[in-house]
Amino acid sequence: MEGDVVQMGAYIGAGLACTGMGGAAVGVGHVVGNFLSGALRNPSAAGGQTATMFIGIAFSEALGIFSFLVALLLMFAV
Amino acid sequence: MAAEGDSKELVFHPMDQFIVKPLFGDGPVGLFTVTNVTMWMVLSILCIIALLVLGTNGKKTVPTRMQSIAELAYGFIRKMVEDVAGKDALPYFPYIMTLFMFIVFSNFLGLIPGSFTTTSHIAVTAVMAMAVFLAVTILGFVKNGVGFFSLFWISSAPLPLRPILALIEVISYFVRPVSHSIRLAGNMMAGHAVIKVFAAFAPMVLISTGIGLVVTPLSILAITAIYALEVLVSFIQAYVFTILTCVYLKDALHPHH
Repeated sequence: MEGDVVQMGAYIGAGLACTGMGGAAVGVGHVVGNFLSGALRNPSAAGGQTATMFIGIAFSEALGIFSFLVALLLMFAV
Repeated sequence: MAAEGDSKELVFHPMDQFIVKPLFGDGPVGLFTVTNVTMWMVLSILCIIALLVLGTNGKKTVPTRMQSIAELAYGFIRKMVEDVAGKDALPYFPYIMTLFMFIVFSNFLGLIPGSFTTTSHIAVTAVMAMAVFLAVTILGFVKNGVGFFSLFWISSAPLPLRPILALIEVISYFVRPVSHSIRLAGNMMAGHAVIKVFAAFAPMVLISTGIGLVVTPLSILAITAIYALEVLVSFIQAYVFTILTCVYLKDALHPHH
Protein backbone atom coordinates (compact mmCIF):
# COMPACT_ATOMS: atom_id res chain seq x y z
CA MET A 1 0.00 0.00 0.00
CA GLU A 2 2.70 2.44 1.01
CA GLY A 3 4.71 1.64 -2.10
CA ASP A 4 1.65 2.30 -4.23
CA VAL A 5 1.21 5.76 -2.70
CA VAL A 6 4.88 6.54 -3.31
CA GLN A 7 4.61 5.40 -6.90
CA MET A 8 1.44 7.40 -7.42
CA GLY A 9 3.19 10.47 -6.06
CA ALA A 10 6.13 9.84 -8.38
CA TYR A 11 3.86 9.55 -11.40
CA ILE A 12 1.89 12.69 -10.48
CA GLY A 13 5.16 14.51 -9.92
CA ALA A 14 6.49 13.37 -13.28
CA GLY A 15 3.35 14.70 -14.95
CA LEU A 16 3.63 18.00 -13.11
CA ALA A 17 7.31 18.30 -14.02
CA CYS A 18 6.35 18.12 -17.67
CA THR A 19 4.50 21.45 -17.35
CA GLY A 20 7.97 23.00 -17.29
CA MET A 21 8.30 22.05 -20.93
CA GLY A 22 5.55 24.55 -21.71
CA GLY A 23 7.80 27.27 -20.37
CA ALA A 24 10.61 26.10 -22.62
CA ALA A 25 8.19 26.14 -25.55
CA VAL A 26 7.26 29.75 -24.79
CA GLY A 27 10.94 30.64 -24.51
CA VAL A 28 11.91 29.03 -27.80
CA GLY A 29 8.96 30.64 -29.56
CA HIS A 30 9.97 34.01 -28.13
CA VAL A 31 13.55 33.62 -29.39
CA VAL A 32 12.51 32.60 -32.90
CA GLY A 33 9.73 35.18 -33.12
CA ASN A 34 12.04 37.99 -32.14
CA PHE A 35 14.69 36.73 -34.53
CA LEU A 36 12.17 36.69 -37.33
CA SER A 37 10.85 40.19 -36.60
CA GLY A 38 14.41 41.48 -36.55
CA ALA A 39 15.34 39.53 -39.67
CA LEU A 40 12.42 40.93 -41.64
CA ARG A 41 13.47 44.48 -40.76
CA ASN A 42 17.03 43.89 -41.89
CA PRO A 43 17.19 40.76 -44.07
CA SER A 44 20.79 41.36 -45.10
CA ALA A 45 22.03 40.96 -41.53
CA ALA A 46 19.84 37.93 -40.80
CA GLY A 47 22.02 35.27 -42.41
CA GLY A 48 24.96 35.89 -40.11
CA GLN A 49 22.82 35.64 -36.99
CA THR A 50 21.18 32.27 -37.61
CA ALA A 51 23.84 30.53 -35.53
CA THR A 52 23.19 32.95 -32.66
CA MET A 53 19.49 32.12 -32.87
CA PHE A 54 20.18 28.42 -32.60
CA ILE A 55 22.46 28.98 -29.61
CA GLY A 56 19.68 31.01 -27.98
CA ILE A 57 17.17 28.26 -28.71
CA ALA A 58 19.52 25.67 -27.24
CA PHE A 59 20.00 27.64 -24.04
CA SER A 60 16.32 28.29 -23.45
CA GLU A 61 15.52 24.71 -24.37
CA ALA A 62 17.97 23.49 -21.73
CA LEU A 63 15.55 24.50 -18.96
CA GLY A 64 12.81 22.43 -20.56
CA ILE A 65 15.26 19.55 -20.69
CA PHE A 66 15.79 19.84 -16.95
CA SER A 67 12.08 19.40 -16.33
CA PHE A 68 12.15 16.37 -18.63
CA LEU A 69 15.11 15.09 -16.61
CA VAL A 70 13.17 15.53 -13.36
CA ALA A 71 10.27 13.60 -14.90
CA LEU A 72 12.60 10.80 -15.99
CA LEU A 73 14.19 10.64 -12.55
CA LEU A 74 10.79 10.42 -10.89
CA MET A 75 9.66 7.70 -13.28
CA PHE A 76 12.73 5.48 -13.20
CA ALA A 77 15.05 6.47 -10.37
CA VAL A 78 12.80 7.15 -7.36
CA MET B 1 2.14 -9.48 -31.72
CA ALA B 2 -1.22 -9.90 -33.44
CA ALA B 3 -4.07 -7.47 -32.89
CA GLU B 4 -6.81 -8.99 -30.72
CA GLY B 5 -10.42 -8.56 -31.82
CA ASP B 6 -11.92 -5.95 -29.49
CA SER B 7 -8.73 -5.05 -27.69
CA LYS B 8 -8.62 -1.48 -26.39
CA GLU B 9 -4.92 -1.85 -25.60
CA LEU B 10 -2.20 -0.54 -27.85
CA VAL B 11 -0.99 -3.29 -30.17
CA PHE B 12 2.61 -2.48 -29.25
CA HIS B 13 4.13 -0.25 -26.65
CA PRO B 14 5.52 3.01 -28.09
CA MET B 15 8.76 2.62 -26.12
CA ASP B 16 9.39 -0.93 -27.36
CA GLN B 17 11.48 0.40 -30.23
CA PHE B 18 14.17 1.59 -27.81
CA ILE B 19 14.87 -1.82 -26.23
CA VAL B 20 18.49 -2.89 -26.56
CA LYS B 21 18.57 -6.55 -27.65
CA PRO B 22 21.51 -8.81 -28.45
CA LEU B 23 21.82 -9.30 -32.18
CA PHE B 24 22.51 -13.05 -31.94
CA GLY B 25 20.57 -15.21 -29.43
CA ASP B 26 18.79 -13.83 -26.34
CA GLY B 27 21.53 -13.87 -23.73
CA PRO B 28 21.98 -11.00 -21.26
CA VAL B 29 23.45 -7.77 -22.60
CA GLY B 30 26.99 -7.46 -21.30
CA LEU B 31 29.76 -4.96 -21.93
CA PHE B 32 30.90 -6.61 -25.16
CA THR B 33 27.62 -8.07 -26.44
CA VAL B 34 26.90 -7.26 -30.08
CA THR B 35 23.47 -5.63 -29.91
CA ASN B 36 21.18 -3.88 -32.35
CA VAL B 37 22.75 -0.60 -31.17
CA THR B 38 26.15 -1.87 -32.29
CA MET B 39 24.73 -2.83 -35.66
CA TRP B 40 23.12 0.55 -36.34
CA MET B 41 26.20 2.43 -35.15
CA VAL B 42 28.39 0.40 -37.49
CA LEU B 43 25.87 1.00 -40.27
CA SER B 44 25.95 4.76 -39.78
CA ILE B 45 29.77 4.74 -39.74
CA LEU B 46 29.76 2.69 -42.96
CA CYS B 47 27.36 5.20 -44.53
CA ILE B 48 29.64 8.10 -43.55
CA ILE B 49 32.67 6.32 -44.98
CA ALA B 50 30.76 5.54 -48.16
CA LEU B 51 29.65 9.14 -48.57
CA LEU B 52 33.00 10.75 -47.87
CA VAL B 53 35.24 8.20 -49.61
CA LEU B 54 33.10 7.63 -52.69
CA GLY B 55 32.21 11.31 -52.77
CA THR B 56 35.81 12.48 -52.91
CA ASN B 57 37.03 9.64 -55.13
CA GLY B 58 36.69 11.25 -58.56
CA LYS B 59 37.20 14.91 -57.58
CA LYS B 60 35.60 16.23 -60.73
CA THR B 61 35.41 19.94 -61.47
CA VAL B 62 31.71 19.53 -62.09
CA PRO B 63 30.80 17.49 -59.01
CA THR B 64 28.55 14.47 -59.07
CA ARG B 65 25.61 14.42 -56.68
CA MET B 66 27.54 12.45 -54.06
CA GLN B 67 30.57 14.69 -54.33
CA SER B 68 28.51 17.82 -53.87
CA ILE B 69 26.82 16.40 -50.77
CA ALA B 70 30.21 15.54 -49.30
CA GLU B 71 31.57 18.98 -50.20
CA LEU B 72 28.50 20.74 -48.81
CA ALA B 73 28.78 18.88 -45.50
CA TYR B 74 32.48 19.70 -45.25
CA GLY B 75 32.02 23.36 -46.13
CA PHE B 76 29.02 23.75 -43.84
CA ILE B 77 30.84 22.47 -40.75
CA ARG B 78 34.07 24.26 -41.58
CA LYS B 79 32.24 27.57 -41.90
CA MET B 80 30.40 26.91 -38.64
CA VAL B 81 33.63 26.24 -36.74
CA GLU B 82 35.25 29.32 -38.26
CA ASP B 83 32.29 31.62 -37.56
CA VAL B 84 31.42 30.46 -34.06
CA ALA B 85 34.73 29.33 -32.55
CA GLY B 86 37.16 31.46 -34.57
CA LYS B 87 40.06 30.76 -36.90
CA ASP B 88 42.30 29.25 -34.21
CA ALA B 89 39.71 26.53 -33.57
CA LEU B 90 40.29 25.02 -37.01
CA PRO B 91 42.77 22.38 -35.72
CA TYR B 92 39.82 20.83 -33.87
CA PHE B 93 37.60 20.84 -36.96
CA PRO B 94 38.05 17.08 -37.73
CA TYR B 95 36.61 16.13 -34.34
CA ILE B 96 33.60 18.40 -34.77
CA MET B 97 33.05 17.13 -38.31
CA THR B 98 33.16 13.55 -37.00
CA LEU B 99 30.61 14.37 -34.31
CA PHE B 100 28.25 16.06 -36.75
CA MET B 101 28.44 13.31 -39.37
CA PHE B 102 27.91 10.57 -36.80
CA ILE B 103 24.92 12.27 -35.18
CA VAL B 104 23.26 13.28 -38.43
CA PHE B 105 23.65 9.80 -39.93
CA SER B 106 22.45 8.05 -36.76
CA ASN B 107 19.42 10.35 -36.69
CA PHE B 108 18.58 9.82 -40.34
CA LEU B 109 19.11 6.05 -40.23
CA GLY B 110 16.82 5.99 -37.21
CA LEU B 111 14.06 7.44 -39.39
CA ILE B 112 13.93 4.29 -41.52
CA PRO B 113 10.81 2.41 -40.37
CA GLY B 114 11.76 -0.54 -38.17
CA SER B 115 15.27 0.70 -37.54
CA PHE B 116 16.89 1.65 -34.27
CA THR B 117 17.83 5.22 -33.33
CA THR B 118 21.15 4.97 -31.51
CA THR B 119 21.11 8.65 -30.54
CA SER B 120 17.81 8.19 -28.69
CA HIS B 121 19.74 6.58 -25.84
CA ILE B 122 21.12 8.91 -23.20
CA ALA B 123 24.02 6.47 -22.74
CA VAL B 124 25.17 7.14 -26.30
CA THR B 125 24.74 10.91 -26.26
CA ALA B 126 26.15 11.21 -22.73
CA VAL B 127 29.41 9.63 -23.87
CA MET B 128 29.67 12.16 -26.71
CA ALA B 129 28.75 15.09 -24.46
CA MET B 130 31.17 14.00 -21.71
CA ALA B 131 33.93 13.61 -24.30
CA VAL B 132 33.29 17.16 -25.50
CA PHE B 133 33.10 18.48 -21.93
CA LEU B 134 36.33 16.80 -20.78
CA ALA B 135 38.21 17.69 -23.96
CA VAL B 136 37.13 21.32 -23.76
CA THR B 137 37.96 21.64 -20.06
CA ILE B 138 41.41 20.07 -20.46
CA LEU B 139 42.05 22.18 -23.55
CA GLY B 140 41.06 25.31 -21.67
CA PHE B 141 43.56 24.60 -18.89
CA VAL B 142 46.31 23.59 -21.32
CA LYS B 143 45.88 26.71 -23.47
CA ASN B 144 45.24 29.30 -20.74
CA GLY B 145 46.53 27.74 -17.53
CA VAL B 146 44.95 29.35 -14.47
CA GLY B 147 43.60 32.07 -16.76
CA PHE B 148 40.84 29.66 -17.71
CA PHE B 149 39.12 30.56 -14.43
CA SER B 150 38.44 34.03 -15.84
CA LEU B 151 35.63 32.33 -17.74
CA PHE B 152 33.76 32.33 -14.43
CA TRP B 153 34.94 35.77 -13.25
CA ILE B 154 33.06 38.25 -15.43
CA SER B 155 35.21 41.38 -15.29
CA SER B 156 32.64 43.54 -17.08
CA ALA B 157 30.09 43.10 -14.28
CA PRO B 158 30.00 45.36 -11.17
CA LEU B 159 32.31 44.06 -8.44
CA PRO B 160 29.66 43.14 -5.81
CA LEU B 161 27.80 41.07 -8.37
CA ARG B 162 30.82 39.11 -9.52
CA PRO B 163 30.88 36.35 -6.83
CA ILE B 164 27.19 35.62 -7.40
CA LEU B 165 27.68 35.55 -11.15
CA ALA B 166 30.73 33.33 -10.70
CA LEU B 167 28.62 30.83 -8.76
CA ILE B 168 25.96 30.84 -11.49
CA GLU B 169 28.62 30.48 -14.19
CA VAL B 170 30.22 27.51 -12.41
CA ILE B 171 26.86 25.77 -12.05
CA SER B 172 25.96 26.42 -15.68
CA TYR B 173 29.38 25.14 -16.71
CA PHE B 174 28.86 21.83 -14.97
CA VAL B 175 25.33 21.20 -16.22
CA ARG B 176 26.57 21.62 -19.80
CA PRO B 177 27.14 17.90 -20.45
CA VAL B 178 23.72 17.11 -18.95
CA SER B 179 21.75 19.47 -21.15
CA HIS B 180 24.01 18.78 -24.12
CA SER B 181 23.31 15.04 -24.06
CA ILE B 182 19.67 15.00 -22.96
CA ARG B 183 18.68 17.58 -25.59
CA LEU B 184 19.66 15.23 -28.39
CA ALA B 185 18.43 12.02 -26.78
CA GLY B 186 15.17 13.57 -25.59
CA ASN B 187 14.33 15.06 -28.97
CA MET B 188 15.01 11.84 -30.83
CA MET B 189 13.19 9.66 -28.32
CA ALA B 190 10.10 11.89 -28.01
CA GLY B 191 9.61 12.21 -31.77
CA HIS B 192 9.91 8.49 -32.42
CA ALA B 193 7.60 7.64 -29.52
CA VAL B 194 4.96 10.04 -30.86
CA ILE B 195 5.13 8.42 -34.30
CA LYS B 196 4.70 5.01 -32.69
CA VAL B 197 1.72 6.20 -30.64
CA PHE B 198 -0.09 7.30 -33.81
CA ALA B 199 1.00 4.13 -35.57
CA ALA B 200 -0.68 2.16 -32.80
CA PHE B 201 -3.85 4.27 -33.06
CA ALA B 202 -4.36 3.53 -36.73
CA PRO B 203 -5.20 -0.22 -36.55
CA MET B 204 -6.61 -0.23 -32.99
CA VAL B 205 -9.70 1.88 -33.59
CA LEU B 206 -10.43 0.41 -37.01
CA ILE B 207 -10.88 -3.02 -35.49
CA SER B 208 -13.09 -2.12 -32.55
CA THR B 209 -15.61 0.41 -33.95
CA GLY B 210 -16.71 2.26 -37.05
CA ILE B 211 -15.01 5.44 -35.78
CA GLY B 212 -11.91 3.96 -37.32
CA LEU B 213 -13.04 5.23 -40.70
CA VAL B 214 -12.29 8.75 -39.44
CA VAL B 215 -9.49 8.06 -37.00
CA THR B 216 -7.37 5.84 -39.20
CA PRO B 217 -6.86 8.32 -42.08
CA LEU B 218 -6.29 11.10 -39.54
CA SER B 219 -3.63 9.16 -37.68
CA ILE B 220 -1.90 8.18 -40.92
CA LEU B 221 -1.93 11.88 -41.86
CA ALA B 222 -0.50 12.71 -38.43
CA ILE B 223 2.26 10.10 -38.86
CA THR B 224 3.20 11.67 -42.20
CA ALA B 225 3.26 15.18 -40.75
CA ILE B 226 5.26 14.20 -37.67
CA TYR B 227 7.65 12.20 -39.82
CA ALA B 228 8.33 15.30 -41.90
CA LEU B 229 8.91 17.26 -38.71
CA GLU B 230 11.25 14.53 -37.47
CA VAL B 231 13.39 14.80 -40.61
CA LEU B 232 13.81 18.48 -39.82
CA VAL B 233 14.44 17.85 -36.10
CA SER B 234 17.02 15.15 -36.90
CA PHE B 235 19.11 17.65 -38.81
CA ILE B 236 18.56 20.58 -36.45
CA GLN B 237 19.51 18.59 -33.36
CA ALA B 238 22.74 17.43 -34.99
CA TYR B 239 23.38 21.06 -35.95
CA VAL B 240 22.64 22.29 -32.43
CA PHE B 241 24.89 19.64 -30.88
CA THR B 242 27.81 20.66 -33.10
CA ILE B 243 27.24 24.39 -32.75
CA LEU B 244 27.20 24.07 -28.95
CA THR B 245 30.44 22.11 -29.19
CA CYS B 246 31.85 25.08 -31.13
CA VAL B 247 30.60 27.51 -28.47
CA TYR B 248 32.22 25.47 -25.69
CA LEU B 249 35.41 25.30 -27.74
CA LYS B 250 35.37 29.08 -28.13
CA ASP B 251 35.00 29.43 -24.34
CA ALA B 252 38.02 27.19 -23.86
CA LEU B 253 40.20 29.05 -26.36
CA HIS B 254 39.11 32.60 -25.36
CA PRO B 255 37.85 32.50 -21.77
CA HIS B 256 38.07 36.27 -21.30
CA HIS B 257 34.69 37.93 -21.53
